[in-house]
Amino acid sequence: MLEAVFWANAGIAIVSALACITRRSPVASALWLIMTLFATAVMFVLLDAHFIAVLQVMVYSGAIMVLFLFVIMLLNLGDQSATDMKGWFGRVVGLALGVFVMVELWVITKVVPVDQIRLPAGELNRMTVDEGAIAPVAQVLYTTYLLPFLLTAILLLAAIAGAVVLAKREV
Amino acid sequence: MGMVVNLATPAGLFWGMLPEIVLTGWALALMLVAGWRHGGEEDQRFAGQLALAALVSTLFALWWLWAKDARPDGIALMIALDGFRYASSTIFLLGAIMTVMLSLGYVRRERIHTPEYYLLILFATIGMMVMSAAADLIVLFLGLEIMSICVYVLTGINRRSVFGAEAALKYFLLGAFASGFLIYGIALIYGATGTTNLTLIAVSITNLGLQSNGMLMAGIGLLIIGFAFKVGAVPFHMWTPDVYEGAPTPITAFMAAAVKAAAFAALMRIMVHSLGESIGTWQNAVWWLAVVTMLGGNLMALAQRRLKRMLAYSSIAHAGYLLTAVVSGTETGAAAYLFYAFAYTLVTLGAFGVLAVVGRNGERDVRIDDLAGLAAKRPWLAFAMAVFMLSLLGFPGTAGFMAKWYVLMSAIEADQWKLGIILVLASVVSAGYYLPVVMEMYMNQPITEEAHQESVAVGAGRWVIGATAALLLLIGFFPGRLMDVSRSSSDDLKPSAAFTLNAPTGPDAGMASR
Amino acid sequence: MLLGPALGVSAILFSIGVLGVLIRRNAIIIFMCVELMLNAVNLSFVALAQQLGTDGQVFVFFVMTVAAAEAAVGFAIIIAIYRHKETLDLQNLNLLRG
Repeated sequence: MLEAVFWANAGIAIVSALACITRRSPVASALWLIMTLFATAVMFVLLDAHFIAVLQVMVYSGAIMVLFLFVIMLLNLGDQSATDMKGWFGRVVGLALGVFVMVELWVITKVVPVDQIRLPAGELNRMTVDEGAIAPVAQVLYTTYLLPFLLTAILLLAAIAGAVVLAKREV
Repeated sequence: MGMVVNLATPAGLFWGMLPEIVLTGWALALMLVAGWRHGGEEDQRFAGQLALAALVSTLFALWWLWAKDARPDGIALMIALDGFRYASSTIFLLGAIMTVMLSLGYVRRERIHTPEYYLLILFATIGMMVMSAAADLIVLFLGLEIMSICVYVLTGINRRSVFGAEAALKYFLLGAFASGFLIYGIALIYGATGTTNLTLIAVSITNLGLQSNGMLMAGIGLLIIGFAFKVGAVPFHMWTPDVYEGAPTPITAFMAAAVKAAAFAALMRIMVHSLGESIGTWQNAVWWLAVVTMLGGNLMALAQRRLKRMLAYSSIAHAGYLLTAVVSGTETGAAAYLFYAFAYTLVTLGAFGVLAVVGRNGERDVRIDDLAGLAAKRPWLAFAMAVFMLSLLGFPGTAGFMAKWYVLMSAIEADQWKLGIILVLASVVSAGYYLPVVMEMYMNQPITEEAHQESVAVGAGRWVIGATAALLLLIGFFPGRLMDVSRSSSDDLKPSAAFTLNAPTGPDAGMASR
Repeated sequence: MLLGPALGVSAILFSIGVLGVLIRRNAIIIFMCVELMLNAVNLSFVALAQQLGTDGQVFVFFVMTVAAAEAAVGFAIIIAIYRHKETLDLQNLNLLRG
């Protein structure tokens, strides 16, 4: 049952991603990308990452993609008549590279982690049942990964300062 | 043994990150000042002076930590405390200081009235210092992103320049693309070894016998692709010429010197510290990258007529020389990197400083022919430029020669004879575009009587050009001291045997070391 | 036991993103393809976290933060270029020309 749900969502994600990179209009592309993000969120749930799935919907689909649509509409890019695909040369190069990367990664990621570093089966699920969906993640985030967490504050501050500098109206 | 810092406690983290914290504090202060005073030239200069004070005080905080010889208590978690970090952070800070000094005059001339210019330089420097300090792939990635995001904006900060905006867009899109490869590589390395800590990765690879693990190999490959984009190695160099050409000249110097050095510091740490024992998995890939970059960069530079674009391609070639130091995968290679990065930072800042002086009407359009007769009109400026060109070429008596010699030694010590020969040949080719600059300045007559009337270095920019030229000659003749520092700073870059034998592996490894 | 399939799907989504960056010319769509790549990486992290512990889920936070920061700066750059040219003339933007 779980497997079936997983594969259905995997199919949706892949088809939507293909639609996203081939649609002519940026608005259509953005909507297909949102579809991919939702399907990925479902896969997150199946992989015992409930809290991350919620974040995926809220942050990615909710905030970042809304920003995309907002900018597309602000710049009035919705009605693109000419395609922006590259010519046959670009397509052939792109396709060859894409297929090469895909085949290689598909083969290589068949390798799973060695047994010594793996948790016992069902461990994460047990943690979620015992401690709730958020506690196991928060525990690690605020202890071991405290420094990277603080660094993200600097990252966001720098990004805000940079965005304001570029986007404010008067020079 | 110096000060021992326990990185698991907040106090230990504070002392371990002291230079970064000092710089962050200054950056926040500068942000307030920029919000308050962003009117005109006066405010802009004040922000610049504040940034200079910030960088200098950070340098002292860093040197204090270095003098104390601070070391982590056990395995370095999240951040490393070692000579390599202190030495490479010193290089970035010096690069940033000289960039700010060049900018003081430049932003006035180009009427860039945004104090945030200096703020972003400070933030980018924080990112670089975090990159060289990172003992964890996630910290490294965040440092890289802090640096990159600031540099994207700095590229396009001259709002009047169309080229600047286009360069920023191109840099941003390819930079984000490269970040995707980098983080995917980190994900696969995490999957194969079960950790992102650089020391524990080395431990996992040895203890679990992962040398030919497919996931690890794919991860390393993607990591190398990501870094190749960031340092502008051929065939991932396509953004470099346009971006370097479109950015404001001091920022171009900052990118060519400090940003590139920071990416190499991180790459060097990963390759020597984590993957030094499994060198067979990555050496061939980096070998080819180094060869193609050296040859490609030099050959493409030969075809350039404009000075700024020529320097951009020359910086690609120098990325190739630095990759040669990476190929060796030894601590000697890391020492060679430190020496080379220091010399290259000096020469780049100096050369772009001269370009900013002679390019009064837009540096983009300065052709190599336009320098004709500079020696007759401005003998000192021409002399400095000649020193820079000869140092880039690697002429004996300049720091560039000693740096290349050191890289060559590291390659030969690692039995990379062929690579050494290719490096020498590539340097010979590079004479074909460095020497014409010197010849134009000294042997040709000025095109018009009025030529070079306005090419006068003023203020802090003059100090940068003079000091870098003098230092390059000094190091060229007396390299001993700097070589000692480079060697002693990188001799503990490999994880010590005590960790590799005793450290725990398995799902609890992370827990045990916390 | 969904680790293998999840990593495979992640690899496919990642390469679709790479393909999109290489064949499109519109800056906004290229940027969407980069987001698609980051999303594929998140799927890898989450799949590995199921086997290796919650560290992998924490990394997803950081990737999302980076994506958000990149979005902020990226759109500022796109808007700046739009102001310059009065049209979003990105059709001629060729990323792969040196």
